[in-house]
Amino acid sequence: MNSIIFTAAARLLVALLLVFSVFMLLRGHNLPGGGFIGGLLGAVGFIVYSLACGPKEAKAALRCSPEALAMVGLGIALAAGLVSVFFGDPFFTGQWYWVGGDSYETAAFSVNSVLVFDIGVYLVVLGGILSLTFAFEEET
Amino acid sequence: MSWLLVLPIAIPFATAVFAYLARASAAGRWISLGGSVASLLASSALMVGVLREGVIAAQMSSWDAPFGITLVSDYLSAVMVVITAITGLATAIYAFGEISERLEKLGYHALFQTLIAGVTGAFLTGDLFNLYVWFEVMLIASFGLLVLGGSRAQLDAGIRYVALNLVSTIVFLAGIGLLYGVTGTLNMADLSEAVAQAENQNLITVIAILFMIGFGVKAAVFPLFFWLPASYHTPSFAVSAVFAGLLTKVGVYALMRMFTLVFVGDVAFTHEILIWVSALTMVTGVLGAAAQTDFRKILSFHIISQIGYMVLGLALYTPLALMGGVFYLVHHIIVKANLFLVSGVAKKLTGSTDLNRIGGLYKSSPFLAALFIIPAFSLAGFPPLSGFWAKYLIVKAALEIDAWFIAFVALVVGLLTIFSMTKIWGMAFWKPHPDGIDPEPARISPAVYWPMMIPIIGLAIMTVVIGLMPEPFVQFAEIAAMQLLEPDAYVTTVLGVRP
Amino acid sequence: MEALTALLVGVLVAASVYLMLARNFLRFLFGLILLSNAANLVIFASGRMTLGAPALVPYGMDTPDGVVGNALPQALVLTAIVIGFGLLAFTLALAFEAYRRLRTLDTDKMNDAEPREDAK
Repeated sequence: MNSIIFTAAARLLVALLLVFSVFMLLRGHNLPGGGFIGGLLGAVGFIVYSLACGPKEAKAALRCSPEALAMVGLGIALAAGLVSVFFGDPFFTGQWYWVGGDSYETAAFSVNSVLVFDIGVYLVVLGGILSLTFAFEEET
Repeated sequence: MSWLLVLPIAIPFATAVFAYLARASAAGRWISLGGSVASLLASSALMVGVLREGVIAAQMSSWDAPFGITLVSDYLSAVMVVITAITGLATAIYAFGEISERLEKLGYHALFQTLIAGVTGAFLTGDLFNLYVWFEVMLIASFGLLVLGGSRAQLDAGIRYVALNLVSTIVFLAGIGLLYGVTGTLNMADLSEAVAQAENQNLITVIAILFMIGFGVKAAVFPLFFWLPASYHTPSFAVSAVFAGLLTKVGVYALMRMFTLVFVGDVAFTHEILIWVSALTMVTGVLGAAAQTDFRKILSFHIISQIGYMVLGLALYTPLALMGGVFYLVHHIIVKANLFLVSGVAKKLTGSTDLNRIGGLYKSSPFLAALFIIPAFSLAGFPPLSGFWAKYLIVKAALEIDAWFIAFVALVVGLLTIFSMTKIWGMAFWKPHPDGIDPEPARISPAVYWPMMIPIIGLAIMTVVIGLMPEPFVQFAEIAAMQLLEPDAYVTTVLGVRP
Repeated sequence: MEALTALLVGVLVAASVYLMLARNFLRFLFGLILLSNAANLVIFASGRMTLGAPALVPYGMDTPDGVVGNALPQALVLTAIVIGFGLLAFTLALAFEAYRRLRTLDTDKMNDAEPREDAK
């Protein structure tokens, strides 16, 4: 698709979509959002980019193969689940560490395994969808 | 405690991740091998735990049953997990000899380990929807493995396999939806109580039939087996060995689990259907095999006929029959995977699997011939191999409840199995090679030959050991059958003791 | 509402069976998509269709406030849709690859895996 308007708009749109996908990922646990929807939005960003500039450019922008991204995400999600062993809880139990307080109200922010799991999901979804899209775009 | 249940699933997944990242180098196969060894250790630990406790369960994410996902293992699950790990290890070694670098670069080892994770998950889960998810994990990995390499025959087979298996999972999914609508729960232990208390028992029976169809396609029972002989002879031999050993058995396991734990309200109806299904499965499978002249196609049809025996063990629904069914399940995985592995070596030596175009294997490699004889005779049910005891238990169970006809069918099918095995023996091993080639082991390099032979030797030894010392295995199967028939321990372990 | 959904499921299944009986694999695939949507609707309807707020627990409370919808079927349907999407996308890729290599999508003409005896 060689439209100057689309190409110019795409740069803006892609940046917005990617930022929004990260925003969705981070607000995840307590509000609507999360790794899955974030990953979808991120994938949409790259798909728009590849429509505007071609799949080759989009792949270069991703910097690694989408399949590898998905597998790394799977590993991260798995590791997030395994963390709970060090605290003696069943597999996948969320682990929370509050910084600057001891609960949701008082803490400035928290380090938790749930977010790590969500990041893993984000990568799996992003990688999975992009590998499919790139496969189809190459064929046609 | 929960670690015993989680590790057999988590290790193959982690191995898949690392094997994928290392797919471009030779490290991939070593990672796969290491992961398989670790899986075997983890599942052995699970087995020890189950032997000590009877049934063990773990609630994921600390959500109590029946609200969260439960992993649970009784004797049957534990032995299936161990046998999965053994088959996985055998094929991981075999892959050193058979799988080309091209397939490795496409991610063979990652897909293979994902398949093992999916199968193990299906054996361990105590939640119906989770079972569906594991089925899909298993399916997507098996789709990938089936068409990996992308030859024309593989693509054709892939389409048949994918189409029918997708329909079956959708039927299964609809069954889950309806069952949830009736009972309001998806935890299997909880379901076993909720289904018994449901008002509309006729609706439950209808749902049971939906499940029977969904799992029946997976297990390849009559008349839902057509995808199996259309696809199992096309992928690489390591892949078809894993498929033959494990995939259909997941369907049989799911049937056994659901039709002993949940759908036992109308045994006279549902299990009667299963008896006829099993008889027809045995007969059509063995007759289909008689018409084939391809090494792997004959073996594929024999999977179907053997599935009939396992379903029969469930269908007769007596302690002895279920015990035979469990024993058969374990014996069959070892033997069938082994036969497919043998066919791979035969292909390497002679260049084909078409029985009309190969031959002379007995003269040039008597060792391989001996290794073929062991699983082949075990499959047909010769004493003192493992298959004899498996068939003996099933037939005895049928005779005990005066089901003469089905016992007769089972024995005749056993005889016809010998016919097919002698056909392979005569055409592949006994007669000279039609092109005058001498298929000596020296024709292929030891680095290819031995990785393919070691798993065959190992599995053959297991067949002989089970055959010569069946006592501990039979006792184990007996306890497994008792746990299936009286699921109180299973239910209380999952849900906790209630007032 | 349940009756309407049940009718819709019936129509979807009928249409999908009609499509799946076709020889063309692509039509079969479309039938499969309809069938999987029918199954999703079954799950959705089996959770009972009630009017209610989203099943979120307000901050500071232990239970939801007032009547909430049943969240479980929605979670199940979402999972099923995602898995179904993945599998169907794979199947579409497979169909495409098969068309590229075999030059046909007519399942009667695909017999590479099981060649006819007389054609040899």
